[in-house]
Amino acid sequence: MRFARKKPLGAAGGFLMLLMLLTALFAEVLQTHDPIATDATATLAGVSAEHWLGTDHLGRDIYSRIVHGARVSLVVGVASTLLGSVLGGIIGLLSGYIGGTTDLVTQRVLDILQGLPLLVLALVMSAALGPAVHNVIVAISIPIIPRAARVIRSSVLSIREMQYIEAARSLGVRHLRIAFRHILPNTIGPFIVLCTAQLGSAILVEATLSFLGLGVPEPYPSWGRMLSVSAAEYAQKAPHLVMFPGIAISLAVFGSNLLGDALRDTLDPRLRGS
Amino acid sequence: MKTYVIQRLVIALLTLLGMSVVIFTLLRLAPGDIVDILFSTAGYVSQDEKTAIMKELGIDRPYWVQYFDWLRQILTGDLGKSYRYDQPAWQIIRPLVPVTLELAALSTLFAVLIGVPSGVISAVRQDTTLDYLLRVFSLAGLSMPAFWLGMVIILGLVTWFAWIPPLSYVSPFQDAKLHAVQFLLPSLAVGYRSSALIMRITRSSLLEVMREDYIRTAWAKGQTGRVVIWRHALKNAMLPVVTVIGIEFAFLIGGLVVTETVFNLPGVARFLVQAILWRDYPIVQNLVMFIAIVVILSNLLVDMLYGVLDPRVRYGG
Repeated sequence: MRFARKKPLGAAGGFLMLLMLLTALFAEVLQTHDPIATDATATLAGVSAEHWLGTDHLGRDIYSRIVHGARVSLVVGVASTLLGSVLGGIIGLLSGYIGGTTDLVTQRVLDILQGLPLLVLALVMSAALGPAVHNVIVAISIPIIPRAARVIRSSVLSIREMQYIEAARSLGVRHLRIAFRHILPNTIGPFIVLCTAQLGSAILVEATLSFLGLGVPEPYPSWGRMLSVSAAEYAQKAPHLVMFPGIAISLAVFGSNLLGDALRDTLDPRLRGS
Repeated sequence: MKTYVIQRLVIALLTLLGMSVVIFTLLRLAPGDIVDILFSTAGYVSQDEKTAIMKELGIDRPYWVQYFDWLRQILTGDLGKSYRYDQPAWQIIRPLVPVTLELAALSTLFAVLIGVPSGVISAVRQDTTLDYLLRVFSLAGLSMPAFWLGMVIILGLVTWFAWIPPLSYVSPFQDAKLHAVQFLLPSLAVGYRSSALIMRITRSSLLEVMREDYIRTAWAKGQTGRVVIWRHALKNAMLPVVTVIGIEFAFLIGGLVVTETVFNLPGVARFLVQAILWRDYPIVQNLVMFIAIVVILSNLLVDMLYGVLDPRVRYGG
């Protein structure tokens, strides 16, 4: 509650994310039509009582597709963010804890991964792996790894010098145990901040990949792909085809960005404003 | 300074070398090779022909031979041959480069023109309604997919002005005005997105500088707010901003990939997407490497600029 009063923007972001989560969870309850059922008699219909947000060129209900799209978007977004952050986090933890040459080499390798534009890397990855949901998740998670490793490593570097770590070491606790039991739990703050910040871009990359035809395959209704098939050909006749899925993507990303910013300010004051 | 430059150049070269390994390996992950893909589109072809084509393309050799061959090609400026066009890759790519460069330059310009002033205003009016509005405006830009923003711009033009932007590329020598309009719209879409990062860093960096002693001195001297902010504060606050503009370049290319596709502009980024969709791997491999080189060079340039902008940053050596 205090969070909501102090960070109205963050609370708004949290509300948007909660809305998305509920939509994804209860998609079957919220839908008015089968999201993949086509209807030749009602193609490109406008907004009406029957079809709340109109229909697409195959007569599929846009509202129901957007509701189910939330699930695809959230699953891919959360899964790829978690996968990338956990892998990157472990790399950052070990690299920061061990230090020395290992750290130096790891940093250079991460430089290499980070040198490529996120989208380009994801594009090449998903093209190489082929169109399937799990491949898209892997493709989006890879560019997140170096970013996650950086963040965790820098917080490990400061925690490593703390006295309680020295105490644990003098008690003869093994290195791996120190790293995972004593250091890891203290990086949870930056880790949460990192995840919320990356979630927005993961959702955005999924939408972009699907838009380009390299993302989540049929029959899953994906917001990005809804824009690709409808885009050029039917946009003039039925602008709602372009507007609604785009608004859905923007709100989802906007929500996670707002929440990420507010969480960063609250949990990790050192990064404030950056 | 000299030792520092050499040091940085060596690191940049090593990074590029590592990147070439990553790119090469990633593209070898693909299930099935180019011959399978060519054959599946051509229908049934005999095994002998298949081996012959593999030999011709050189993909029957071990990976490491192929890798070193590719490296040699890059170093000699030979970008190989496109499978799809049966033409040297460079011949196809060359006319696309100016289009992307023009878009990138214009987008960066818009990003700075939108980002810096809004960041300054936001910092000066910290925690006011205006500050909140500007921050929401910039975060909104970061949240909208670049391709969607482009589509909405086109849709808006068609609906309200009954005007459709040219669907194919117009050269500046053909019709300079139409060319300008054609480029301004996508650059605005990409620039708005990129401006968000610049705005944020300008805001936070200016806020930090405004707390310094010498700014208080400037106020105490009775100088007007405008002079203090634009002459004294912003000058020092720009350092991190320049870094972000450099880093932004990678971000920008990501935006161009889809924006060129939506606006149907024949640039490098759109071509990369097409090459990926057609599985024209030699082209993809070289284009991604090309992008990596541009990104690394721009980062290097930014680091060099640091020394020029801030005399306190003296490079060791």
